[in-house]
Amino acid sequence: MSSDAMALQTAEVGGARPWVQTLHEWVTTVDHKRLGILYILFALLFLVIGGIEATIIRIQLMRPHNDFVSPQVFNRMFTMHGTTMIFFVIMPVMFGFANYLVPLMIGARDMAFPRLNAFSFWLTAFGGCLLYFSLIGGSGLYGAGNAPDVGWWAYAPLTSRAFSPGHSSDYWTIALLVSGFGSIGTAINIIATILSMRCPGMTLSRMPLLAWLNLVMAGLVLITITPLSAAQIMLLVDRYLGGHFFDTQAGGSAALWMHFFWIFGHPEVYILVIPAFAFASEIIPVFSRKPIFGYPVMVGATVAIAFVSLSVWAHHMFSIGMSSYSNSFFVLTTMVIAVPTGIKIFNWLGTMWGGKIQFKIPMLFCIGFLFQFLIAGLTGIMQGAAPFDWQLTGSYFVVAHFHYVIVGGILFALFAAFYYWFPKITGRMLNETLGKLHFWLFLIGFHMTFDTMHIPGVLGMPRRIYTYEPGRGWDIWNLIVTIGAFIQGVAILVFVANLIFSYLRGPKAGNDPWDAWTLEWSVSSPPPAYNFASIPTVASRRPLWDQKHPEDPDSRYE
Amino acid sequence: MAEKHKTEWPVLVGRATGILVLVGGILLAASLCNATTPSENAVPNIFDPRSTPAESIYHLSRFVLAITGLIFLVVFSLLAYVVVKFRSRTVDATSEPAQVYGSTQIELAWTIIPTLIVFVLFLATARVIHAIQDTPKPATAVEVTAIGHQFWWEFRYPALGIVTANELHVPVSDPAHPTPTFLKLLSADTDHSFWVPQLAGKTDLIPNRLNETWIDPHRTGVFLGQCAQYCGTQHAKMLLRVSVESAEDFAAWVSTQKQPAIQDEREIAGKQVFETTACVNCHAVAGTNAKGHFGPDLTHLMSRRTIAAGAAENTRENLRLWIQNPDAIKPGSLMPAMKLSDVDLDALVRYLETLQ
Repeated sequence: MSSDAMALQTAEVGGARPWVQTLHEWVTTVDHKRLGILYILFALLFLVIGGIEATIIRIQLMRPHNDFVSPQVFNRMFTMHGTTMIFFVIMPVMFGFANYLVPLMIGARDMAFPRLNAFSFWLTAFGGCLLYFSLIGGSGLYGAGNAPDVGWWAYAPLTSRAFSPGHSSDYWTIALLVSGFGSIGTAINIIATILSMRCPGMTLSRMPLLAWLNLVMAGLVLITITPLSAAQIMLLVDRYLGGHFFDTQAGGSAALWMHFFWIFGHPEVYILVIPAFAFASEIIPVFSRKPIFGYPVMVGATVAIAFVSLSVWAHHMFSIGMSSYSNSFFVLTTMVIAVPTGIKIFNWLGTMWGGKIQFKIPMLFCIGFLFQFLIAGLTGIMQGAAPFDWQLTGSYFVVAHFHYVIVGGILFALFAAFYYWFPKITGRMLNETLGKLHFWLFLIGFHMTFDTMHIPGVLGMPRRIYTYEPGRGWDIWNLIVTIGAFIQGVAILVFVANLIFSYLRGPKAGNDPWDAWTLEWSVSSPPPAYNFASIPTVASRRPLWDQKHPEDPDSRYE
Repeated sequence: MAEKHKTEWPVLVGRATGILVLVGGILLAASLCNATTPSENAVPNIFDPRSTPAESIYHLSRFVLAITGLIFLVVFSLLAYVVVKFRSRTVDATSEPAQVYGSTQIELAWTIIPTLIVFVLFLATARVIHAIQDTPKPATAVEVTAIGHQFWWEFRYPALGIVTANELHVPVSDPAHPTPTFLKLLSADTDHSFWVPQLAGKTDLIPNRLNETWIDPHRTGVFLGQCAQYCGTQHAKMLLRVSVESAEDFAAWVSTQKQPAIQDEREIAGKQVFETTACVNCHAVAGTNAKGHFGPDLTHLMSRRTIAAGAAENTRENLRLWIQNPDAIKPGSLMPAMKLSDVDLDALVRYLETLQ
């Protein structure tokens, strides 16, 4: 804590500091803003790595019987791509934004447990490095020095020692175990911060939706990372201590692993998407110039989604031969979750209705998010109808569907968040022209890739195949998908270039470039150490609106 | 500022129509793709069903697509309307719009209507689940046990005493006298999934677990499918063919398959190679000393159109290549390279070619 303050003093006195000292400050920091930035940079690094893996996958599938990579390498690529994107890109980047924004938005000076915060980040970072160390230290199904190749669900018994000799799947297991503890630490921290560090006047019903949604997300992390970690420990017991939980050759159950994995895996989707909802719920009102429509309903719908999401996991397992009654139960829960999700979409539309919509870059990305999330939800309903899913599951239709959720929904909202809060974090605006180029290129590339990808799934193409037979009607679609992937890649490069260019040369942002209403915009950009010189007092959900419109404050209507 | 907004809204409208055209185009192209199929059943399209479970699924999927399509049109129109209608305009850019906080009636409306839709969808779905999963097995059904292996399919007909691999033969089922095929699904190693899109949805083959599925094909022909659950290195080349045959053709196939292997004295040298190398550890040939069960049964090898689980045509060149260097066809398959001399290899291939 004091090192940061000292560092600031030295900076004022001494001018340029040696880089070792700067590095030391970043490594030892317990400041929520710096840890937030570290989380985000860590995730961006892994986004590029995961993107390269996706590119390799797409080049291989560009045409039938392609031999760009061997089947062994291809299997490692899709395993690493999935694991990286879920655990080391989207989760950390969401934790990063939560870390940075939650204290600022609730009028706090830091997270509740700053040291736990640093510890959690470094655990996650260590987990990511461990996963990639498998390239040197593991040995997979073939030869030495291999990344895991069991798929990101690592279904039993493929992970047993008979089918996965060497250490590659151990790296996968331990990497997730370690980063899982990091996630639990951060979740506890977010919950404690939100429940106990709100500024005077900020009752739960006056919290910005971003804080509310991150509270729900953190609760889900606590509930669902636990069974994942338990399953990883059981898998290690199987592999090294002669346990037989999942070892089918000794009477274990492969379906048990599926249940453990998906009771984590489905709520995980909501762990990733609820923070994306949070971004949309902050950004859409500001650029529509209206408060969020139906605030209490938005909170209620989020809590409902979180609860129902705990009861839908076996819809990932419709094809494993459950009874017709089990299947029907999971159809019902899966479809019920569409109701609160629909309510959220309608409330965002209600927020825009009657507003004066400004098409700034963050808003463009939010509209893209709304459109794509709508389609992703509807293809989700198709797969919720179990018999339809017997055809769709395990095919490229599913791959298209969840990329629609993760890229079209979550990543678009995330880009909106980058353009919206970058001025707050760095003090400089992101370049608008590059931003538009990024948006349109990414939108075109996204639709080219993932709209098209539904078709080979419908035509019977399974996922996770390193090559396919010509003449099945899949060739042309796969080529289009690959071209779209490259356009997305170029768009990401434009984005990264914009981040670097604008950080160095962008115009100064000022405190409140968007004329927004939440507390983070009341302090300087970037915010000072400990955020608030004096802790603010709030009287409504939009404290800065009250300040800007003393004649008509929100507090009068709440 | 203001002019900027003005130039942007036509772009957004353009984008909206562009996306509509794109979606429509994709649907059209998908149907065209189906219409211009090079040979019958080459495209395993789930919307071109030829058997009862796949047909019931197809009907349900049309209903689900209609409802989701309708929801899409309504919500997308709302979004497009809002984006165009409520864009910021030049004239009153400075003032804030009316601040509206919500409306209980509207919230109730968009909670109750979706709930009703969900309820209808659930009932329609549950009905099809019951119809497919709880169908009783008729006495005339053909029974098959399918066993998944890394990376091939074993098919056993317990009532007929037949063992074959990768190419399933079933009789066509006449609705008046149905002869559906009921499959028991097992796995010898990792998880697999049985998927022939035009005949039925997927059912997994899971070790230590007995699963069941059934098909009731109404037309003859060869239907393509493949393993749909990642099972290891060569998951991609674990292909599957189902040959649906007329009652007579199927009976003829059964009577051939029931015979032990043909003993051709001219190819005794090749038989000796087969029986004195590691071949017999994994492969069986009925009526000989070869009794291995780790690999496919070869008793009637030449009655199959493909080898290596569909990865290659069953030709002399491919047999040679497969025995000598399996990695050339299917890298990572569990068949070892046999490293035979050319003389032995020729003799062995000639012997295999007698296994009609």
